[in-house]
Amino acid sequence: MGGGLETPGLKVRDLSVVFDGMPVLNGIDLSVAPGEVVVLLGPSGSGKSTLLRSVAGLEKPVSGEVKWGDEDLSGVPTHQRGFGLVFQDHALFGHRDVAGNVDFGLRVAGMPSAARAHRVTRSLALVGLDGFESRRVDTLSGGEAQRVALARSLAAGPRLLMLDEPLGSLDRALRERLTSDLGSLLRRIGMAALHVTHDHDEAFALADRIAVLGGGRIDRIGTPDEVWTDPGTVHAARCLGHENLVELNSAGECALGLLGVGPGTVLVRADRVLIEPFPGDGELTAEVKTSSIRGGRAVVVVDVSGVMLRAWPRNVLAVGDRVGVTLGSGAIVPLKS
Amino acid sequence: MRRIGATVAVAFPAAFLGVFFLYPIGAILFRGLGAEGLTRLIELLKKPSFWDVAWFTLWQAAASTVLTLAVALPGAHLLARRQFRGRSLLRAAATVPFVLPTVAVGGAFLALFERLGLADGPLHLTRTAGAVLIAHVFFNVAVVLRTVGSFWEGLDPRASEQARVLGASPVQAFRWVTWPQLWPAVAAASSIVFLFCFTSFGVVLILGGPTRATLETEVWRHAVFRGDLASATALAMVQLAAVVAIVMVTNRLQYRRAVVQQPVRRIAPPRASLRLLAANLGLLATVLGLPIVVLVERSLTRGRSGGGWGDWTFDHYGALASRSVLLPASALRALGNSLLFALVATGLAVLVGGLASLVVVHGRRALGRAFDLGLMLPLGASAVTLGFGMLIALDEPPVDFRSSKWLVPVAHALIGVPFVMRTVVPTLRSIDVQLREAAATLGATSVRTRREIDLPIAARALAVGAGFSFAVSLGEFGATSFLPRHPDQLTAPLALFRLLAQPGDALRGQAMALAVLLMLLTAASVLAIEGWGRRGAVRGDL
Repeated sequence: MGGGLETPGLKVRDLSVVFDGMPVLNGIDLSVAPGEVVVLLGPSGSGKSTLLRSVAGLEKPVSGEVKWGDEDLSGVPTHQRGFGLVFQDHALFGHRDVAGNVDFGLRVAGMPSAARAHRVTRSLALVGLDGFESRRVDTLSGGEAQRVALARSLAAGPRLLMLDEPLGSLDRALRERLTSDLGSLLRRIGMAALHVTHDHDEAFALADRIAVLGGGRIDRIGTPDEVWTDPGTVHAARCLGHENLVELNSAGECALGLLGVGPGTVLVRADRVLIEPFPGDGELTAEVKTSSIRGGRAVVVVDVSGVMLRAWPRNVLAVGDRVGVTLGSGAIVPLKS
Repeated sequence: MRRIGATVAVAFPAAFLGVFFLYPIGAILFRGLGAEGLTRLIELLKKPSFWDVAWFTLWQAAASTVLTLAVALPGAHLLARRQFRGRSLLRAAATVPFVLPTVAVGGAFLALFERLGLADGPLHLTRTAGAVLIAHVFFNVAVVLRTVGSFWEGLDPRASEQARVLGASPVQAFRWVTWPQLWPAVAAASSIVFLFCFTSFGVVLILGGPTRATLETEVWRHAVFRGDLASATALAMVQLAAVVAIVMVTNRLQYRRAVVQQPVRRIAPPRASLRLLAANLGLLATVLGLPIVVLVERSLTRGRSGGGWGDWTFDHYGALASRSVLLPASALRALGNSLLFALVATGLAVLVGGLASLVVVHGRRALGRAFDLGLMLPLGASAVTLGFGMLIALDEPPVDFRSSKWLVPVAHALIGVPFVMRTVVPTLRSIDVQLREAAATLGATSVRTRREIDLPIAARALAVGAGFSFAVSLGEFGATSFLPRHPDQLTAPLALFRLLAQPGDALRGQAMALAVLLMLLTAASVLAIEGWGRRGAVRGDL
């Protein structure tokens, strides 16, 4: 950058948080550019929520800095940071109606009531809840409540929106629909967002970049394509939904043969496990162990001399079928443990 | 066999409540609503001096409540929203003042004012409303700290965090998000504190002096001091009406509070900053700790005049064993009486309260509700009204009981029963239905189930309730002050009251020594039993 004005956006540098002597976050570096959606992916207890809370100023880090552009936010209290945060269980104010929730941030900012009403209407329209102003919050369904919480955060006009597993408590179908709604909404309004989830499908659906968290560190960060094709570590591969993790012996061998990489664990990318309907057509032969349809496409697990591999065949296969298997180029990805 | 047991469980508490509470209260109403009684009541209402008393009773209770909130709410916030070393210790320690004998606390504040040079002179506190208010804060901080504190802890902290993220300053977040959720608990606690201050007796008598009279002290003065039972009856009628009104308001507020509470996923609260901790603990230590410290110091020194330090001595404690002209028996013997009465009262309270709790939890619905309400009444009705009712009702046939010394523990037991029920009923209710069903499927009979499952768990709750009623009996002063007729009935608080009423360094020292012993016994019985009971599955609070 060399001395010029830094670009705006969130910059977290070397952030560490400790609870009761236990490190929860350990030297986190992360940035979110304006208009960019970054998804933090990790299992529960990996420190995702703590990272959001630290950025919001609700937790005090032991070291590191949080900046917006070149503005250091270390001493800035939560309410002056201009960040929005949507909690998993939406934390709606039970003693106010929907409009009273959505205009809360505008009231504390001292906006006149006519302008507030206008903004509330617009925010509710954004999340598809037109006309919900006077509803009591305890009459809302889970999905509606979550959208009110989203509208409430958006109405306040944050420069960064943080979402802490906002869809985690909803059923699957609703979650998938709201995930896609959320994704298109964020892109339409060009909002910078930091989104936390443990669901890799949700992460791939929303993210410009994905950061995989493990043990208080960022294991891997990159575009969805980059992290999926090269997760880097066993932990990241599992978080991203990879299942073909194969142990190699000290000579770098397994039942698939000599794979040309050192000992340890390798990832066999499911999209590069090519299934041929006739056993003779593949380099290896295998037997179909399970067969199902997921997300509208066929998924099988094949047994290649004792190694179980998940693959996406072009056709639906039956359990017990003998098939040929070829590992396409780039199928084998070495992982650090 | 079971039927007989059930009949006893219903009949014994009902008879106990009927004879020793409803009958005396009924006697007041009977006298007060008779032709002569009503004439007296109207005469009373025409006197300006009555309105002075009524006004003072009202405003001192209101002011005490406001002051208590001011002292206790920051502490409640600390307990609910911050982590710090010694949190549970603070919670326990702050509870102790609530059960300390009123007379002993009155003595402690007298000692404090003397020590600070505020006993007389232009800035004097003794015999002023200010003294009464401070002592009321001392007693009631625990009520606010515990009820508001635990409610606040149950509120979801994310609501106020969400407000902060939306741009609200800490003050705005409290004002617009936390307070609307918290106020029902504050209102409920306030109404309880108001009731306690409205019916406060020992503290007002000792610290307020003759010019600072409340309805309670006036009932006592007319009945015991002047022997004017008709005026005392009229005053007691007013007092009863006021208490019933306050209790009705309290119940309404309690109901609202129950509606608001909701289960919450916990987030670890942040650590308390040193400044916050120091300010809070400093305030609480000053209000709650200083009087006790000075009391102990005063009981161990002699020969001070003006305010300098005296010589250290144990003489005051030694003098407790000897007879003085002021008392019909030695102070030590009074303490012995108190311990005996407390034991008997506790036994009675456990028996009546335990049986009644069974009826409330397992009995027929209407019966249970009647017991729940009826046996709680003595806690709401003032002790003075109870004592006065016993004075006029139980000294002539059909129930001539006043000459028996056992009337004292009976009165104490009435006040102890609510404490037993408040711990036992919620605990019995909380015993897992599945646990009981599991026992039944394993072939246990219903009696067996009750013995193997209910009893061990209820025993701890009974013990906690017993500890409280023991402490209450040791310090009981309001009802007791109406009853004794001979030396065997002299209790430690009565002896202490008489000692405090007299001037003189040696007597004052003796009084302080007695107050220290009384406080030690009370605090020890509550802390020991509570510490043990809390380790079990005991539910419920005061």
